[in-house]
Order: sequence, then structure tokens, then C-alpha cells
Amino acid sequence: MEFLDATLQILASTVRLAVPLICACLAGLWSERAGIVDIGLEGKMLGAAFAAAVAAISTGSAMLGLLAGIGVSILLSLVHGYAAIAQRGNQIVSGVAINMLAVGLTAVLGHAWYREGGRTPPVAQSQRFLPIDLPFADQVGAIPVLGGIYKQLLSGHNLLVWLAFLAVPLTWWVLQKTRFGLRLRAVGENPAAVDTAGISVARLRYEAVIICGVLCGLGGAYLSIAQGAGFLNNMTAGKGFIALAALIFAKWRPGPALAACLLFGFLDAMAIRLQGVALPGIGQAPVQFIQALPYVLTVVLLAGFIGRAVPPKASGVPYVKER
Amino acid sequence: MKTGILAAVLAAMLGGAAIAQEVKPAIVFDRGGKFDKSFNEAAHAGIERFKKETGIDYRDFEITSDAQREQAMQRFARDGHNPIVVIGFSFGTSLQKVAKEFPNTRFTIIDSVINEPNVRSAVFTEHEGSYLVGMMAGLASKTNKVGFIGGMDIPLIRKFACGYVQGVKAAKPGAEVIQNMTGTTGAAFNDPAKGSELAKSQLDRGADVIYHAAGGTGIGVLRTVADAGKLGIGVDSNQNGLHPGRVLTSMLKRVDVAVYSTLMDARSGKWTAGVTVYGLPQDGVGYAMDDNNKALVSPEMKAAVDKAAADIKAGTIKVHDYMTNSACPVM
Repeated sequence: MEFLDATLQILASTVRLAVPLICACLAGLWSERAGIVDIGLEGKMLGAAFAAAVAAISTGSAMLGLLAGIGVSILLSLVHGYAAIAQRGNQIVSGVAINMLAVGLTAVLGHAWYREGGRTPPVAQSQRFLPIDLPFADQVGAIPVLGGIYKQLLSGHNLLVWLAFLAVPLTWWVLQKTRFGLRLRAVGENPAAVDTAGISVARLRYEAVIICGVLCGLGGAYLSIAQGAGFLNNMTAGKGFIALAALIFAKWRPGPALAACLLFGFLDAMAIRLQGVALPGIGQAPVQFIQALPYVLTVVLLAGFIGRAVPPKASGVPYVKER
Repeated sequence: MKTGILAAVLAAMLGGAAIAQEVKPAIVFDRGGKFDKSFNEAAHAGIERFKKETGIDYRDFEITSDAQREQAMQRFARDGHNPIVVIGFSFGTSLQKVAKEFPNTRFTIIDSVINEPNVRSAVFTEHEGSYLVGMMAGLASKTNKVGFIGGMDIPLIRKFACGYVQGVKAAKPGAEVIQNMTGTTGAAFNDPAKGSELAKSQLDRGADVIYHAAGGTGIGVLRTVADAGKLGIGVDSNQNGLHPGRVLTSMLKRVDVAVYSTLMDARSGKWTAGVTVYGLPQDGVGYAMDDNNKALVSPEMKAAVDKAAADIKAGTIKVHDYMTNSACPVM
């Protein structure tokens, strides 16, 4: 039983840690499937985390916090979109610029408003997305195995966790089963064909970056007003880049993207859990070893099992109408 | 070697002449910034107190990258600031170099020992303070399991952990202490999400009192512990008010006292180089009691901890310092 409990605790922790990755990874998927390379995921999440915390603190509502986060993230997305679509600028440069802008601007504004070195004050309980206990969690939890799974793994997550997980099948359905999705994928593979069919390439790409903004906003808000309570300087800590790596792992498909993000979340959860625990046959492993494990596995997986990852053909290429 | 001796002689001469000198203090804060609710903020409080009492203004700088450590110190020294106070062990290597370049400038570093004739090293006996809060944790625990979450895995943080474990065992010999470090880089002091996960994992394993020595990461630890209805222990500054009724106590490290006294000494001409220890007798470390945790600490607990503090002062209890031999006698 103890082993099962520990496993479930690690899996629940995996879910919590994977949420920002899932949001950012899907955001990148939407954008890149439409032909816009986006390494500004990190910056957008950071901007959203900051806006969500500020709005939640000043209005007292977690929902308004979430909306503010999404708003700011869309705004940054549109800046990237304008540079990449309308101005046909280099998308990498624009993405890097957004990352830098977000790191600097959030710290400066945060310090100017709250005088706490770029941090926001802690967000109160009532202004956050709190864990939702599923009905009868305690009663069902008494049932061996299945009850434990229900109580520990499924129950006790906040609204944003559910939204992030729902976004995965939704993304798959829209991209694969709708006309809009077909056109969006086409614009990332062969924009000229889409244009010939009389559909606006620019419009589709703008729609894609806006969806990307919404998802990044969700991830950012999760960091500051759901999982955490308050904004800290550079609190995304590279999650946007890990999400990009997951996207490549997943070869730009929603299902595998979820799996890759869960894998990263799981490795992170293991690193936390295994610290200071004696491993069978090895004894207590040094902290450094445990913490390096996710990265070692990443390299191994990338080199050995994933195979060639081919991005959408027109990704990163600005569309120029031939005259 | 020759220049070293020369510098030493020169510094000694100037140190003697310093009595008549005006002080023109400058302070360099570490990454967190001067409003970090913890370590740097305490230093800021110290220099503000000096300014208020003496009317002498100061210059300050908050570094944002490691490269700025050396530059900031050099800049202040070149502008004739004296003494220059640097906050945090991370300044150690750059100060070693800068102190040689400016032998006439007096430097004070917190949390690190630099053997230069113009450097005062202010160190704290964190192991003693941690011992006291460890005792309190041991007495307050109902599950006989308590937790420790450190920031970056460095000897200084191990020193906190080791003192804490000794205190827990002194109060309850059979108690178990679950220990975690957040990371191996400076970022480990600023990762509340990870702090929160570590705290969750310790709570899951049965810990009901968790002490953090992890700066900004600890904010996540204290919040998670409070959300779960268990007890946290704060560090450096008094963090009892962060979650009233859910923070058992805080291990105080009076960085403000160290900063204030080094500046006052410089002003009155009593400034000396070398190691200055701030321990229990000097009120350099201690534990925090206020309205927020009054209900959590029973008179018996307080009496037991106060007795231990008196015994440490008197030398009848010796708390082992991890940094003396890089090992801890208890786990």
C-alpha cells in the first residue's frame, strides 16, 4: 500500500508540474503548425504570470487575473505576429526580443508598483484558483487501488489543470477534424496553395498566434495564481524552452506533446521525491545526480528513441505573395 | 609577497589614521534585491538605521548578474566610498581580488571569511539558531517527523540543516528529519514552485513541521505548509506574519545588526579587520516570538528552548558547526 501511495503522490505531482509545460507546448504547436516559429513562449508566459498576479491582487478576483494574463499574452503574441507576418521579420529575433522584454518589463513594473524588488505581494487564498475536490473523494478513497487513484490523482486539482488537459483533445479535434484546422495546417506546410484557394494567409496566421497567446496566458496564470501565489522575477525559469523541446519530441502532434510534457513533469517530480531517499542497491544518491537525471534522460531519449523530427515545411518562413 | 606586506602595513597605517576620517558608506546587495523579505532586506534595514541615527547618506547597488559583483565594488571604491559592505557569500571570490586592488578601502562581507588586512568578515552562528528552532520543531511535532528544505546545496546551508537536526534530536531523540535541497545553483533560492513541491512531498511522507533555509523558495514552502494546516519555520527575517498561526517561529539572523555595527565602528574609529562572529551572546541569531505565533508556542516549549539558549551561551551545550569539518554527526 505504501508503495502505491508513494506512486500516486508522484503522479499527482507530475500532473501539477506538467501543466505549464502542456500549455506552452500546445501554444507552440498552434503557432508552428501555422508556420510561425515561436521561441517567445517563455516571455509570454512570464508576462501573463505577472499580469495575472497584478490583476488578481488589485481586483480580488482570480478569474479577472486569468483574463488579464491571457490579454497580456495575446498582446505579446500580436507583437510577434506583426513582426513575423506583416513585417516578414526574422521570427527567432522577434521571439528572443519578446523574452527579453518580458523579463525586464515585469521586473521594472513590479518594482515600481510594489517596491519589493520586482516581486508582487503574495496573492491571497480568495484570489487564487484553489484545488477542487471531486465529489465523494473521501468516501471513494477508501476503496483500495481505484479509490486511491480517484482521490489522490484525479481529485484536488484546480480549474486551470482541467482546462490545460482539456485543451489537448480540443487541439487535436480542431486541427484534424475541422475546416479551420485543415487550412491552418496547410498554411504551415504550403501557404501558396492556401493563398491560391483564395484564403488569406495572414489572417490564418494571426488567428494561430492569438490562440498561442491564449494558451501561454493560461500557463502563465497557472504559475502565479494557481500553483503559486504571487509573481517572482523570472519565475518561468526556462519552462517555455522545455516546452519547445517537448514539441520537437512530439513531432508537432497534440497527443505525443501531452506525453512528452508529462514525461518531463514526471522526471521533475521524481527528482524532488528521490532526493534524500536511499535507492535499493545504491544507497543514498547525491542530490546533484538526482537533479541531473531529467537532463540525462532527455539526451538519451532524444538521441536514441525519437528519430528524425521534421517541422512543418513553411515554419519560420515569412509568406511573400508572388506578383 | 612583498606587495602583500606593503599593503598590510599601509592598511594598518591608514586604519590608524581612520579615526579622523569621514565615513562615506556604500552597500552592494546580492541577487534577491534589497526588498526580498529576508536576507538582503535585513541588511537594508541595518544601513537605513545607520542613516537615520547619524544622518550620513549612503550609496547602494543591487546586482542583477554575477559579472556586476566586481564592477560594483570597484566603482564604489574608485569613487572613494569607505567602508563598502557587501551582502552574501557569493561576493567572496570577487572581494578577494578587489580588496587587494584597493588596500586603503575598508570592506565588510557578510557570510564569508576573506583573509585580507582590509576586510572584516561578519559570520553568524546559524547552527546555534537552527538548533533552537529545531528543538521547537521537535517539541511541536505530533508525528515525530519534521522536515528541512534548504536552498542551494552549499556548506552554509548544510550548517543550518545540521544545527536543526541536532536541535530536533535533543528535544525528541527518536524523531526523524526529512532533508531536501532545492538545487545546486543560485536559482535554488528563488524557486517557490519547487519549494512548494518539496514541501508537499515531505508532508506526504508525514512531516508536520518544516523549516526552510531557502530565501525566496521558502515563500512557497511556508505557503504550502500553511495551506495543508501544518507548521512552517521561517528564516533570516521574522516571517511569522506571512501566515499568522501557521508559522511556528523564525530563525532570526540579524544581518541588520552586523551591517549597522560595522558602519558605527567605522565612524567611531573602532573598525577592525578580521572575523567578527555574531552568535547567541551578541544577539546575532535567535528565534522570533510575536503575536502571530504566541498561541503555537506553549510555556513549556519556550522554557525548554530558552534553557538551551542559556546553555549554549554558557558553553555547556556545544552545537556542532558543519563548516568546521564538512560533516554532520547526526542525520
